[in-house]
Amino acid sequence: MSESPSFNKADALASTEKLHGRAFGARLWSWRYIVLRRIGQFGILLLFFGTAHWGWQVAKDVPLLTGNLSASKFIGLVPLTDPFAALQIFLTGHVLERESLIGVAIVMGIYLLIGGRMFCAWVCPVNAVTDAAGWLRDKLGVQAIFHLPRMLRYFILVATLAITVLSGLAAFEWVSPIGMTHREIIFGLGMGFTALLAIFLFDLLILKNGWCGHLCPLGAFYSLIGKTALLRVRFDKNSCTHCGECAKVCPEPQVLNLKKLDERGYVFSGECSNCGRCTPICPEGSLQFDFKPLIRSHNTQARVQADAIAVQRRTR
Amino acid sequence: MAETGLGGLNPTRRDFLVKLAQGAALAGTGGLLWDYILRNEARAAPYALRPPGALAEDDFNAACIKCGQCVNACPPLILKLQPAGGDLPIGMPFYEPRTGACVMCPDIPCMKACPTGALSPKLKNINDARMGLAVIDIENCLSYKGLRCEICHRECPLKGKAITLETHPRQTSKHAMFIPLVHSDACTGCGICEKACPTDIAAIRILPHKLVQGKIGEHYRLGWTFDTEVTQDFKPADALPATAVDAPVPKTAPGVDYLNEGGL
Repeated sequence: MSESPSFNKADALASTEKLHGRAFGARLWSWRYIVLRRIGQFGILLLFFGTAHWGWQVAKDVPLLTGNLSASKFIGLVPLTDPFAALQIFLTGHVLERESLIGVAIVMGIYLLIGGRMFCAWVCPVNAVTDAAGWLRDKLGVQAIFHLPRMLRYFILVATLAITVLSGLAAFEWVSPIGMTHREIIFGLGMGFTALLAIFLFDLLILKNGWCGHLCPLGAFYSLIGKTALLRVRFDKNSCTHCGECAKVCPEPQVLNLKKLDERGYVFSGECSNCGRCTPICPEGSLQFDFKPLIRSHNTQARVQADAIAVQRRTR
Repeated sequence: MAETGLGGLNPTRRDFLVKLAQGAALAGTGGLLWDYILRNEARAAPYALRPPGALAEDDFNAACIKCGQCVNACPPLILKLQPAGGDLPIGMPFYEPRTGACVMCPDIPCMKACPTGALSPKLKNINDARMGLAVIDIENCLSYKGLRCEICHRECPLKGKAITLETHPRQTSKHAMFIPLVHSDACTGCGICEKACPTDIAAIRILPHKLVQGKIGEHYRLGWTFDTEVTQDFKPADALPATAVDAPVPKTAPGVDYLNEGGL
């Protein structure tokens, strides 16, 4: 059995030092997931836009990607439907056509596998705005005015569904800044940008990670879906020095409760959006994307290695 | 703990109840506000012209997922999605006939593209679509002024059914008026007439049925129309009490009957 690692300040400081001492190339490389996420977010938007405005198609009369994030059709064949929007429409009492239900099944299937909040970090266009606000907030050192519990989003999720039943209208879809943004970029501009501006200012000046981390009911919905995900961030407790750099960059730092991660060996919360901020930032490489069924064996290997190193040290 | 707060409750319990009430008040206020915003947004729905096959207003508001696939599928590109801050409910498809009339594609691609059924697949023939109803402003219609215009009639895809011409003879020095008439049993509301109308502001316009169409009431019996029986629902015999009908007729009826017997 390995001895329980004792953490000391010196190790943590050394880790932080290591992070700040990274060469330019390594720093650039640590941005890889952010770049990929932007490519994902804007790329998907571009596919929709190109199909709507430039007639992009894969064959004659087979459009590439029609619709928007609420519901779409890929290469005229694969329907994709926002499961949360479909749930709301279902709650208004409307029976959805089969195509929508297939679309829901496909999207749910994907997110059950890779994590619901992959949508938030890799697809949702509002994420680029809230990321920008968060980055600027850190640069300006804006102090918090007040705090809200992150649980609030689940209450808003419940409220969304309740109001949908009461009003007979898909409550979130009618006010969703995500829908507005996407729709108006693809199908013609209106006042939707004001909602984006409001979110930007809210996140920048009022509450850190305010929209995505506290309010958005779609994020809350995807958090619940994300509990079963197979794509996870593995946590190797042996190499971790508790320097805390990961929690500093994480937009949902409560998912990086290292004590609990110790027990499970990976970031298990559905609220983790697999955004890939922590994995490249970790100076010791303790956080890595991994496939859930393999995590246990990988962690065992890591422990064995760490034990071997410890034994070497002791015998030296 | 023996200490009691207001109302004789113990403080932790009181705290809990107050927190519960605060939470409920917050949820109630927010929920009411949200509900108000939704209903306010949906209020403009009766003014919108929807693509063919659209469900009735409330159902369409509920079922449309605001994806815009109908917009993608529309060959003449007349459909738009309402952006935020506009006159119509947010995110849903509409068209404005004066600038872009529905060309009534026989295969109805917009309806086929709809994933939720907000544009109902029950619509099989585009001629059965009822997107709106053409209404003529008879004060500004050139035909009503005695000019030979009739462009709306000529352009109408259901010419002779949705729009017919009626001739009104006048004095010998003036030629007859050719008056366009719209028939709601055939008009699809495509808006080709509105688009074609030559007046500065169209004198024939498409409006949602709800805003223009009246209803005469079930009790009117139009005796001169062949398909209406005057007494089809009016059966006085049923209304009489059974005893009055079944009562035996007396052999010698009271009153004078010899006039009927031809004995004069």
